[in-house]
Amino acid sequence: MTLPKTNRRNFLKLAATASGGLLIGFHWADAQASAPSSIAVIGEDALAAGNVEFNSYLSIGTDDIITIMSPNPELGQNIKTSFPMIVAEELDADWKKVKVIQAPLDSKRFERQVTGGSGAVPHSWERLRKAGATARTLLIEAASKRWNVPTASLTTENSTVIHAASGKKATYGELAVEASRAAIPAEIKLKDKKDFKLIGTAVHNVDNPDMVTGKPLYGLDFYREGMLYAMIQRPESFGKKLKSVDSDAAKAMPGIVDVVTFKNNVAVVGKSTWAVNKARKALKITYEADGALESSADHNRLFKELLDSTDTSVVSVKRQDGDVNAAFKSAAKVITREYQCPFLSHAPLEPMNFFADVREDGVDLVGPTQTPELARNEVAKLLGISPYKVSVELTRLGGGFGRRLKADYVLEAAELSSLIKAPVKVIWTREDDLTGGSYRPAVRYRFSAALDASGNMIGYKLRGVGINAGNCTREDNFPAGAVDNLLIESVEHKSPITTGPWRAPITNFLAFAEQGFIDEVADAVKQDPVKFRLNLLDRAKATPVGAIKYDIDRMKAVIELAANKSGWGTKKGVAQGFSVYFSHRSYVAQVADVIMKKGKPVLDKITAAADCGVVVNLSGANQQVRGGVVDGLGHAMYGQLTFKDGAAEQKNFNSYRLIRMREIPGIDVHFVDNGIDPTGLGEPALPPTGGAVANALYKALGKRIYDQPFSKQEPLRATLGEKL
Amino acid sequence: MALFKLQVNGKSVEADVEADTPLLWVLRDSLHLVGTKYGCGIAQCGACTVHLNGTAVRSCTLPVSAVKDSKVTTIEGLSEDGSHPVQQAWTEVDVPQCGYCQCGQIMSAAALLNKNPHPTEEQIETAMNGNICRCGTYHRIFEAIQLASTKMK
Repeated sequence: MTLPKTNRRNFLKLAATASGGLLIGFHWADAQASAPSSIAVIGEDALAAGNVEFNSYLSIGTDDIITIMSPNPELGQNIKTSFPMIVAEELDADWKKVKVIQAPLDSKRFERQVTGGSGAVPHSWERLRKAGATARTLLIEAASKRWNVPTASLTTENSTVIHAASGKKATYGELAVEASRAAIPAEIKLKDKKDFKLIGTAVHNVDNPDMVTGKPLYGLDFYREGMLYAMIQRPESFGKKLKSVDSDAAKAMPGIVDVVTFKNNVAVVGKSTWAVNKARKALKITYEADGALESSADHNRLFKELLDSTDTSVVSVKRQDGDVNAAFKSAAKVITREYQCPFLSHAPLEPMNFFADVREDGVDLVGPTQTPELARNEVAKLLGISPYKVSVELTRLGGGFGRRLKADYVLEAAELSSLIKAPVKVIWTREDDLTGGSYRPAVRYRFSAALDASGNMIGYKLRGVGINAGNCTREDNFPAGAVDNLLIESVEHKSPITTGPWRAPITNFLAFAEQGFIDEVADAVKQDPVKFRLNLLDRAKATPVGAIKYDIDRMKAVIELAANKSGWGTKKGVAQGFSVYFSHRSYVAQVADVIMKKGKPVLDKITAAADCGVVVNLSGANQQVRGGVVDGLGHAMYGQLTFKDGAAEQKNFNSYRLIRMREIPGIDVHFVDNGIDPTGLGEPALPPTGGAVANALYKALGKRIYDQPFSKQEPLRATLGEKL
Repeated sequence: MALFKLQVNGKSVEADVEADTPLLWVLRDSLHLVGTKYGCGIAQCGACTVHLNGTAVRSCTLPVSAVKDSKVTTIEGLSEDGSHPVQQAWTEVDVPQCGYCQCGQIMSAAALLNKNPHPTEEQIETAMNGNICRCGTYHRIFEAIQLASTKMK
């Protein structure tokens, strides 16, 4: 097998750092295999010939530098630091001498080069540990031979093999060449988790030095000699298409090379960002209708119609337990509430951009993407060429939040480069970003609970209506399993307004609605909200109804930890709100503390308790939770994108409000220490926040909030304008 | 197009651009100083913050023709090696997530501490209100400014 061109270039660079050292190859696919068939030492000859079948590399140089390829896109989830930490742990490496290289896309050699679904660490945990443990075993073998002592008499620490009896020591670099000649052992033993020294500690981001000095790390910073700049005018309304373009004035402006039309796009190509930005404004374009030009008022009407619809061809039943109709008929009390959220833009601070150089001999793509493989395959399809003629180099991403799971902006760059036959970088402005689609869908939910005379929840119904939201419920989540009669339905309205996954898709709002509703039901039956949730979970554990796809014990543990750490129910003069949610394999509970100051509510603190299994990097994990809470709070409070005749009405940060420093509360983070293999943390801290805050505001103000953004709802507007 | 002479990071430089070109794009496209970021283009997010004679300004709305002989300092000129107290504090507190906004945050913080080495909590919040961090690293930014305050001479 021959390495594709780009990979070989990178690989040889890596090989140079490992020259004369130990290079371990491992397959990402065989993580669960206990035998080390998926791991091998890569020899010098194979290296030189490029005949290396193994798909990821860990190298130890004679200079003691340990290098690992990190395949996943880095967008702030800190994977570029956590991945090598896992390897270094099993290797007993000196962390100060570990280097990490961002790998380019190579779907033959890596698996799941994706940033999304909070999945990178859960997916790669075993693979990375085995790679580190294998290298450590080989280094011990080498020392054992060199000193003629049994391997069992040797220990390792800080990149050194130690023979305590004789006091002999050798660094990994000194042993690397001999280790590369040792045979891979039949069995690789992983550490007992209680012996972890590096995993679970706070390790600083490996890119800090480059980030705080302004090094060119991001796609927008990428520059190649001779590259052109482009901006694209897309239809400003969803439901319109291009009719005519007069580009004479734009073409005549300084620094402009060409104006090119493709699909519904008018691309202005020039020699600087400012030149194309200015010339674009001189385009005279007309559009014509191509579909419905929807406004937010239309959506509000549709939501109500579809929540009441009895048309079985429209309503999709997601889960049905027991006899819901009978339960609601026999109920002593029925509570029904509705919750609505608007569209949101992802608005990563680095706008969409991508570099493309489409040539006869191949295609170079460089930029920020969460899914390089999808981008490559779609570009290959568009150009009618083999995917193996397309290379994708990954820059650091200035945020993603799901927006960069789509390849639309990569395709634009590739198509434009192929048309102008030149290397070009397409840059989106913030206005392009906010008006350009792929939004968190707007959704409205209706929840109903049937209570018997003793206050037991005997029936539960949820119907969600989403705009291009797919299934806008999570039918098997809590409280499914804890209620005898349950009905979950989803309705989708198809719209020209494009949507896509937005951090914690669906649950980013569903969690608020559900946890707000549960709180209101607990209140109606005069039970403590924490106790009410725990009782439901005990019920689900004792007599489960239907399939339960969440872990009851893990959910209870975060509830108890959050209640305990927040001083739930013990604080005087503090209105506390509770929320808990399971998403992406992990569990997070939160308590919001609201205090009244001069008749106005102030969000003082949020206490978060998370169970993501083993915490790899305490610093990264802490910030991931705090960042998730800030994200959840900011969008619950202020996030809103509305539409008028198919066009987004908020076009930049002056009207699309993001949370700022003075609007954040204190945030305490606690982790459940249960030794479970990591279950992911990129998203799960976000969903519970809105519910905790709204429930605390209810206690403080005596009024419920049902819709987002909170700042525009009556209880808050009435008390403090829009600031919490 | 016209030739503009600028003082950037202690050096005299030239850029042949149109007079209305924002300083941001002169720095990024003409001078290849890309630590100064584009985020919104309307002085709302602070990613493009640089110092003009020591004061924090948003370079995305500052035309190059208005800069004249003012001394421009970008993140690349704050220190060559990350040794400025604010940069050091940022690393010690492990502030960045995606990192995209952080150069602008650092420039705003450095300008604040330059004028007011020991700001109150309220003064920090006021000075930093023009800088958005989409990842939500505000607690750490706040903490890093307080740490940097102890390092300022």
